[in-house]
Amino acid sequence: MSSYADPPGTASDTAAAATHEPLKAVPVPRWGQWVAAAVVIALLAALVWSVATNKNIQWSVVGQNLFEGTVLRGLWVTIELTVLAMVAGIALGIVLAVMRLSHNRVLRSVSGGYIWLFRGTPVLVQLLVWFNLALFFPRIGFGAFSADTNALIKPFVAALLALALNEAAYMAEVVRGGILAVDPGQAEAAGALGMTRGLTMRRIVLPQAMRVIIPPTGNEVVTMLKTTSLVLVVGAGDLLTRTSAIAAKNFATIELLLVASFWYLVLTSVFSFGQAHLERRFARGVAGVQARSLGQRILANLKPGRVAGGAAR
Amino acid sequence: MTAPMVKGVPMVKAEGVHKSFGHVDVLKGIDLEVAPREVFCLVGPSGSGKSTFLRCINHLEKVDAGQLYVDGDLVGYRRSGDKLHELREKEVAAHRRDIGMVFQRFNLFAHMTVLENVMEAPIRVRREAKAVVRARAEALLDRVGLGAKADSYPAQLSGGQQQRVAIARALAMEPKLMLFDEPTSALDPELVGEVLDVMRDLAESGMTMIVVTHEMGFAREVGDALVFMDDGIVVEAGHPREVLANPQHGRTKAFLSKVL
Repeated sequence: MSSYADPPGTASDTAAAATHEPLKAVPVPRWGQWVAAAVVIALLAALVWSVATNKNIQWSVVGQNLFEGTVLRGLWVTIELTVLAMVAGIALGIVLAVMRLSHNRVLRSVSGGYIWLFRGTPVLVQLLVWFNLALFFPRIGFGAFSADTNALIKPFVAALLALALNEAAYMAEVVRGGILAVDPGQAEAAGALGMTRGLTMRRIVLPQAMRVIIPPTGNEVVTMLKTTSLVLVVGAGDLLTRTSAIAAKNFATIELLLVASFWYLVLTSVFSFGQAHLERRFARGVAGVQARSLGQRILANLKPGRVAGGAAR
Repeated sequence: MTAPMVKGVPMVKAEGVHKSFGHVDVLKGIDLEVAPREVFCLVGPSGSGKSTFLRCINHLEKVDAGQLYVDGDLVGYRRSGDKLHELREKEVAAHRRDIGMVFQRFNLFAHMTVLENVMEAPIRVRREAKAVVRARAEALLDRVGLGAKADSYPAQLSGGQQQRVAIARALAMEPKLMLFDEPTSALDPELVGEVLDVMRDLAESGMTMIVVTHEMGFAREVGDALVFMDDGIVVEAGHPREVLANPQHGRTKAFLSKVL
């Protein structure tokens, strides 16, 4: 623990200044912390022990299925869904955010309505609506250029549409917050140099907004990784769909949920590595910005309650 | 320094310019003329409308009534027949290209280096070749004494250095008119001089400058014309040395007694 210095001007302060030796002081005892830590560790050990030695969990089944072909294919689908939905969600989110801040009232209202609709309904409901689109639009397109909806909207496509369009609404708010955080003087200076609003947005405002946009976008990616598990209900072939299908055959429900949990944890942890790098990259030109260490970042990402807002969707 | 009073098209001409924000009338009919190559100082208490007037010149604020011309062109509008048409965004941007502006808070682009700040607009707006712009930008940075800081980011510079970069950035567009909006008001006292030196150098090179300032020393030495504004009107105008030494109007006297 650090030593405690007296307020400046007191006798011990001048004495320390004269000798230039670090102050030696007895730290405040923290017995409470030690007791609490011991209790927590004991409880944790008991929990781990009871799970590890639980007769109802066949650890061999977990081991057998961890690297099973179907599970790995499901894992790949989960990654695909996450990446594609995030890319589409971010792209559409930027467009929606710029529309929301436009001088054009029509664009502003359209964007506002979109965000209201897609943030106001559960993503699970949206998923089911896209999956069942054929019930109210049997064919999509115009005349000769139309196609059977059921042939077009496969489970994977329904899942991707639902996740991406829902994410766009959230990303729009994230991006809008980032744009508003940029000093208006920046856009004014760009305007005074003869830059148009579009050019100013692209070259001056958005690059600076990135610094504010990236951390919450990291949260969105972690949330998305886990939200993809909802596509189980339309059978889109993701990680949870596959493990559940195996469990339905061998009745090892808990074992396969453990397999799924293991892979979700691996994905969220690996993602945290990239995030640290990106945040440092966009902190350029900002004095005093210190990126958190990788270890802190991973811990923060794994903390429960971190995505409390996302869990309610 | 006395500017040659070129007769012909004034660089800036204001006729009865009005501007209000909501119910607050900020400009209540401004009439003035700025000749080419002139250093034109705008002084007055805060809230007198001088910054607003400056911002009207490059259409950062819209004029509500009256006419404002820059180099003979109406600002913000196009006249066809007896109708006024608002200019499109692109036309406004084109108008601003030829007018440099320096802000109180510098407003350098925080994510770009000093050199990138200076090069951005000539490359993106005037679509000039990168090599040409780089040479000009480096020369301008040398001129403001910051050639060695080309690769620094704005946050690594002092306020005075940032403001000199901001001047170089505006000059890179080769403007015909430079607007200064209290360029030294946000600076620590010991940094004011270096910025004024750059502005003095610019004035001697013949640039037309409109300067909103509280630096009466600068106005007296470098200025060719001075206007004292208060409460949205021009109270007194004349040569800086005469107005500052011998103010005619009570409000001018009261103001100068506080700042001199």
